Amino acid sequence: MKDRLPFKITKRKNPSGFAVITVSFLALLGAFIVASIVFWAYGANPIQAYKALFSGAFGGLYEISETVRRATPLLLAGIGLVIAFKAKFWNIGAEGQLLLGAIAASWVALFSPVPGPLMIPAMFFFGFLAGAAWGLIPAFLKSKLGINDVITTLMMNYIAINLVLFLVQGPWKGEQQWGFPYTDKFPASAQLPTIGNTNVHWTTVLVGVIAAFAVYFIINRTTPGFEIKVLGSNPAAGRFAGMSYVKTTLFVMTISGGLAGMAGVGEVAGIHHMLRNPSELSLGYGYTAIIVAWLARKNPIAVILTSLFFGAIFAGGDAIKVSLGLPFQITDVFNGLILFFLIGSELLMSYKIEWRQS
Amino acid sequence: MAEENSPLIRFQSVVKKFPGVVANDRVSFTVAGGTIHSLLGENGAGKTTLMNILYGLYQQEGGSIYLRGEEFKIDSPTRAIELGIGMVHQHFKLVENHTVAENIAMGLSSASTIRPTRAIKRKLLELAGQYGLEVDPDAKIWQLSAGEKQRVEILRALYRGADILILDEPTSVLTPGETDRLFEVLEDMKSEGRTIIFITHKLDEVMEISDVVTVLREGRVVDTIETRSTDKTELSRKMVGREVLFDLEKSSRERGPKILEVEGLNAQNDKRVQAIRDLTFSVHEGEILGIAGVAGNGQRELAEVLTGLRNATSGNIFIDGEDVTNSSPRTITDREVAHIPEDRMKQGIVGNLSLKDNVILKAYRSKPFSRGILINSNLVQEHAEKVIEDFDIKVPGPDTPANLLSGGNIQRLILGREVSSNPRLIIASHPTYGLDVAAAEQIRQLLLEQRETGVGVLLISENLTEVTSISDRIAVLFEGEIMGTVESQEFEREELGMMMAGTPLEDLERRKGTDQGQK
Repeated sequence: MKDRLPFKITKRKNPSGFAVITVSFLALLGAFIVASIVFWAYGANPIQAYKALFSGAFGGLYEISETVRRATPLLLAGIGLVIAFKAKFWNIGAEGQLLLGAIAASWVALFSPVPGPLMIPAMFFFGFLAGAAWGLIPAFLKSKLGINDVITTLMMNYIAINLVLFLVQGPWKGEQQWGFPYTDKFPASAQLPTIGNTNVHWTTVLVGVIAAFAVYFIINRTTPGFEIKVLGSNPAAGRFAGMSYVKTTLFVMTISGGLAGMAGVGEVAGIHHMLRNPSELSLGYGYTAIIVAWLARKNPIAVILTSLFFGAIFAGGDAIKVSLGLPFQITDVFNGLILFFLIGSELLMSYKIEWRQS
Repeated sequence: MAEENSPLIRFQSVVKKFPGVVANDRVSFTVAGGTIHSLLGENGAGKTTLMNILYGLYQQEGGSIYLRGEEFKIDSPTRAIELGIGMVHQHFKLVENHTVAENIAMGLSSASTIRPTRAIKRKLLELAGQYGLEVDPDAKIWQLSAGEKQRVEILRALYRGADILILDEPTSVLTPGETDRLFEVLEDMKSEGRTIIFITHKLDEVMEISDVVTVLREGRVVDTIETRSTDKTELSRKMVGREVLFDLEKSSRERGPKILEVEGLNAQNDKRVQAIRDLTFSVHEGEILGIAGVAGNGQRELAEVLTGLRNATSGNIFIDGEDVTNSSPRTITDREVAHIPEDRMKQGIVGNLSLKDNVILKAYRSKPFSRGILINSNLVQEHAEKVIEDFDIKVPGPDTPANLLSGGNIQRLILGREVSSNPRLIIASHPTYGLDVAAAEQIRQLLLEQRETGVGVLLISENLTEVTSISDRIAVLFEGEIMGTVESQEFEREELGMMMAGTPLEDLERRKGTDQGQK
């Protein structure tokens, strides 16, 4: 008889919660191990690098506040992606939707006749609408014409980036900015309050936490949420039951794009107080939010935790840059590895290892 | 160890459990070499599970399997193949985009790395010729009919030297002609000394093809008997544990007003070829109108047009006098029309959602299950528990994902959902397709009960016995046209057969008329 492996791999239909958490942690661990090779290749001691990363993210009140600041846009955009992914709409366009939110907020702050006290609500409102509108274009193309959502949402990002560039270098270029590609500074009424001296614009954090619970409620307790679950799992059965794929897709992308748009509002109103170069406005939050949503296993409440995790990586990445002289892009490598391992581990979750009895 | 006179296969107290169900409960029986041995049982009786254990896909939790007197732990299909066991699954395990030869080469250790199919083709053609299993080695799987795909599966097993061949519900995808061919092949293989295990729930097939039959019920062996010393009635009793009513009680009742009226309906299929032509018929309250016909004569398109899933090119559909032609599925559901779709897994349920969610798949947006956009989960839970009880769905609880249910249970779930919405019209497409005798009978009984309460039923089925046993009137569809509509008491089976083959009723009557005239 041939020698055989001491275990056997079998398929399972419904992975348990325990399996999901274990596999996710193992995926993170795998990413950390591979990332340490990258640190090592840069001549840095991986253990030291992780220490620096950790203390840069959680070392003190300031560090923690930086983590929360970075987590804020990830939270809003991540929740939006959770609902899109539930409906199997592959929204890769949160980055562009976020930038559109930033544009709309800047318009309200600088050019609209909205009176001071209504400024902040108006910015969030129009930011939501702009992000939603940006998300609805691919939603319409997919549901009505069957055009691939991954490609259209991704391409819409480049349009958004160049739209921001056009605005800050052209019509919206600030008069008091000595020729820099910035808009003028927002009036004080359009700036979000922060906690103490930190960069934490708590209004946006609050909006994000409320959104997490609201989306959880929508998915699990309402009829549109039921349609999202059904059409995301078996579109044919949904159609037979009289559900409208078009309507649901449009609804999903209104929320998904809208939440990303609000993330953009938070960035311009809470941090920058102006519209500026897109690469300064967003550190690729819209892309990282994909990983945030994936790690949360499409659970909107879990996004609160996973967005903090990636906020910590951003904040810690800043610290590594300063203390170890590593390039900031190392965080991108990091994020990429995590996504890679997470998606790879999807397959592991649908299988289990059975040890053979000897 | 091996003894000369020990049976080829012996199952000894084999136990296999799944969450909430014992699929095989201390199963013991033997299979003699060189015989055709049927495994008979209802859906969910544990036939396929047991054979998956023999084929190494599952491992038993208790008991042993002996081959020629020696105990084996078959822990993978690879091991099973080494031991000369081959299996043809009900749902074929073939790569659609590959050719026949490539599918046979796949996973074959003797295939060469470079141009693996070259050497295979010759032997494949040889085998195919020997058993009359003609198939083109270079054809892509997706180009083949279900019957041809099955031939490929059988050839693959033979190629690997299987002398024990397990066939799981092999005839469910075959036309009557193909079934006859398959049975000839099986006889040939038996005469060569191979052993065939034949999983089925069709009594006729057991009687026709097998030497010995083992009846399973709810995971247990009821009996193993020689086919020639039994009959269908006895087998069906053993299979379901009670007598099956082959003739269902049907009261004669006055039919009510028209609930569904179809006038001059035309529609195309997916390839934009005309699929139904000028259909005109009506269904009354408290009446079952059966639509008989060979598969692919416009039945699917008809059901889809009526339920709002496909647009009519011309003609009208009235429900309760109201024109609903080309309305949305939702509008039609709102007119109290229930639909039992043809493909229950793809269209009837959402597999990875819970049974509870599946129960409210249509009613989720109406009172009392939801108010505005809020779903009342407590009420949904109660309703799901009630449907489980009323419709006898075997399931651990309302939170179980629907894809863990067996075919009969899924169909009862769908029927329970549709009937509990108190419809006035039910459009049922092949409602008992692939179900075992008892489950099918239960479904028919449920349809008759609905008829009693004044519901109109449009029954679309390829099963002529089913159509004739419960319909009040029967319309025969051929190439998208109705060949004729007859009252179910006033026809001869032969006439229906001729209409199914394309002879209009008028021609039959004219012929009858002239016959009588000559006399």
